[in-house]
Amino acid sequence: MSSPILEMRGITKTFPGVTALDDVSLTVQRGEIHAICGENGAGKSTLMKVLSGVYPFGSYSGDIVYEGQVKKFLNIRDSEHEGIVIIHQELALSPYLSIAENIFLGNEIRKFGLIDWNQTNKQAQLLMARVGLEEDPNIAIKDIGVGKQQLVEIAKALSKRVKLLILDEPTAALNDEDSAHLLDLLRHLKDQGISSIIISHKLNEIEAIADTTTIIRDGKAIESLSMATEQVSQERIIKGMVGREMENRYPTRTPQIGQEILRVEDWVAYHPIDSNRLIVDGISMNVKRGEIVGLAGIMGAGRTEFARSLFGRSYGTNISGRVYKNGQEIKVRTIREAIDNGLAYATEDRKRFGLNLIEDIKRNISLASLKSFVTFGLVNGNEEYKKASEYRESMNIKAPSVNSVTGQLSGGNQQKVVLSKWINVNPDVLILDEPTRGIDVGAKYEIYLIMQRLAAEGKGIIVISSELPELIGICDRIYAIAEGRITGEVSRQDATPETLMKYMTMEKGKVNV
Amino acid sequence: MSNVAAPKKSLMANLQDRMQGVNLRQNGIFVALIGLVAFFAATTPNAASITPTNVSNLVVQNGYILVLAIGMVMVIIAGHIDLSVGSVAAFIGAVAGILVVRPLEQDGWEWLPALPWWAGILGAILVGAIVGMWQGFWVAYVGIPAFIVTLAGMLLFRGMALLTLQNTNIGPFPDEFRAIGNGFLDKEQGLNGLVGFSSDYNLTALIVTGFAVLALWAAALKQRTGKIRYGQVVEPRVWFYLKNAILSAMVAYVGFQLSQANGIPYTLILLVFLVIVYTIVMTRTPFGRYIYAIGGNLNAAVLSGIDVRKINFWLFVNMGALAALSGVLIAARMNSAVPKAGDGFELDAISSVFIGGAAVQGGVGTVSGSMIGGLIQGVLANGMNLNSVGIDVQMTIKGLVLLLAVAFDVWSKRRK
Repeated sequence: MSSPILEMRGITKTFPGVTALDDVSLTVQRGEIHAICGENGAGKSTLMKVLSGVYPFGSYSGDIVYEGQVKKFLNIRDSEHEGIVIIHQELALSPYLSIAENIFLGNEIRKFGLIDWNQTNKQAQLLMARVGLEEDPNIAIKDIGVGKQQLVEIAKALSKRVKLLILDEPTAALNDEDSAHLLDLLRHLKDQGISSIIISHKLNEIEAIADTTTIIRDGKAIESLSMATEQVSQERIIKGMVGREMENRYPTRTPQIGQEILRVEDWVAYHPIDSNRLIVDGISMNVKRGEIVGLAGIMGAGRTEFARSLFGRSYGTNISGRVYKNGQEIKVRTIREAIDNGLAYATEDRKRFGLNLIEDIKRNISLASLKSFVTFGLVNGNEEYKKASEYRESMNIKAPSVNSVTGQLSGGNQQKVVLSKWINVNPDVLILDEPTRGIDVGAKYEIYLIMQRLAAEGKGIIVISSELPELIGICDRIYAIAEGRITGEVSRQDATPETLMKYMTMEKGKVNV
Repeated sequence: MSNVAAPKKSLMANLQDRMQGVNLRQNGIFVALIGLVAFFAATTPNAASITPTNVSNLVVQNGYILVLAIGMVMVIIAGHIDLSVGSVAAFIGAVAGILVVRPLEQDGWEWLPALPWWAGILGAILVGAIVGMWQGFWVAYVGIPAFIVTLAGMLLFRGMALLTLQNTNIGPFPDEFRAIGNGFLDKEQGLNGLVGFSSDYNLTALIVTGFAVLALWAAALKQRTGKIRYGQVVEPRVWFYLKNAILSAMVAYVGFQLSQANGIPYTLILLVFLVIVYTIVMTRTPFGRYIYAIGGNLNAAVLSGIDVRKINFWLFVNMGALAALSGVLIAARMNSAVPKAGDGFELDAISSVFIGGAAVQGGVGTVSGSMIGGLIQGVLANGMNLNSVGIDVQMTIKGLVLLLAVAFDVWSKRRK
């Protein structure tokens, strides 16, 4: 057997007051796909930053042995020079430059000191063929989808003669089809001798693709499971990650469904810039008190766009349709009007749309309901603190106090702050867009419990999620959306990933099978 | 090795725990200001920088920049900038001149009688607010970046000042008008005479200073007990008393020096009033909180139901009114409305805000920090003047101070 491509031995990395990595060892064999799993904050990203030189040699203890030699990387350039390329969750592409320009950014092909555009485009096309990207290399990055952008990143890595590719949550923003393509590509690269390390929360993907899975918990490497020899189930991985058996990933509940609370009829919205493009195409749906309703759809199907256009026209143009609450028609022309009419929308992208990351927890929680803290024109900061502290308690937000800045919290805790903010406007209908994206298994379970509690209080809950098992696990009823239209409605009993997927991929004009 | 490291670490952790609730950045520039004052007290000939007259001058000379800085910090927190305030101040000075003094022949406004001084000031501020509406309209409702709108405004209102003044100066202003830039509370020491307190010290100034110190302690204690009652983390007790003791000592010292000069300048009274009002606006009213929210994350603010356009509009109206007030102060102090008034003041106001800890990206900053930032610049310029430092070196040093203050901010953030 050939020697491993990478061995990290006894890596310890401390920050003031915390030990982020505690004597972690990791061995990656040549030509394998090595998955790293762990809850948020377990130390996965820190380990990869040590490996790629973001945390330079000397700032950690332990050895990095790569290609049989101890390496002392001082920055990312050093590690890239050796063929270690990291692709971050937030892609590092320049939106207005072309695919070809992005692939060779910082690494331009030159002739007499000037960029050789012919060669650049030709080489780009070769690399694009290797990753299965069929696009014009001159097209701007902003004009291709996020799935294709991911492929550009990999093409860029290949241009640097990558031997060890590190992917941090590569499929978090991808739909199922793009994810499948990406995983196929990784297998393909493996056949060409390129090893990969993949950090992912999506256990079914890990199960499908990884040769070895290393589990990290609280800064320690707990175990390495060989996926080929042993029969490693998702439950087995979860057990390692959370350190306990998780009998049920979705809490059980007996729904108490009452009267209809919200009904939307013939909802239409067009693209905000390209106002001829129909995005939401006549959606009609309803939610009842105490009911959790799911919206399933592949990325770009119009789920988020529907929710946001409904929530005070915060997306789209030429919006039309009717909204009824408790049977009475209501107007939701502005966000304020929507909130005042008992709607709330918790965004899929909490960092960009949900939170003020430089502000503390209490002021984020109070922002949408600030008026309720005002007496004689002044905000009562003490009452605000008290209210936020109650949420910290009831939502189990892990932070020293509500004066902590939200930017320093983990994803799960940030999500709980977003939920607290919207619960505090006391809505009747709560729209949750990807409420568990990018957060760990334990926190997900807590979020599900919160949703169930809200439903039990008689609120209507609409959940948008890309994870079908999640929708099936928590919803009472699921609408499938494709190309801006509702293509199917499935009750809890009838919901399977297969039926949902069938509706989600139903194209316009085709007859229902 | 671990035996050695352990106690050291726990000491650090202990210190960190104890310093919870202490705003290091804010306190840092405060200490820098004190250091600067001490430095010039030691280096200027005969300690000229801390003589009663000089302290008095310092307050009056920087008043109009500080008024601009109050509006500017709000604009910058929301993620905008205003380059036009110097020009607006000049334009409003001219407007005030026309309203109150009316010297221009055949200007088409002959039908309008010269207004009493107070009506002239109110009218000038009203025109300033209209200027703000003009700029706010383009920024908030048309969506043109404030940098462009106010760059245009910088030219536009300088031009309007020239047009209004028809290339002459207007003056002199009536005494009451001049008083807000140049006058002092009970300058003639009437109270001393009334109670038979014969001394060089202005009794009114001493009494007002005493009340100011009392009010400062009352406000600080009220806030602290309120926080404690709600179980919030507060500054360590020793730190709290030390900080407020230093602060009140400074207030007392300034008041004491002023009482030996002409008494408390009206400009200072106006400024303290504005600082208190705007600190409350920024920290305690929804309007202020929405400004921070918009600067911190515009998208999140929009999705929280905040009418961002409305907030932005009123921000610029407010800035226009404060620029107008600044213009009135300048005109009053110079006893003349001149076309070149306020030239470059927008840059002084902006530097005050950034030295005072505001972030270029928005979302961060305080009114009080900007005041300290403005005072640092004022003390620096004044001290260098007294030390006969040339304007060439002065500008160089001013530039470096701004750069280093912001660099310090960036570094300390990166350390985290």
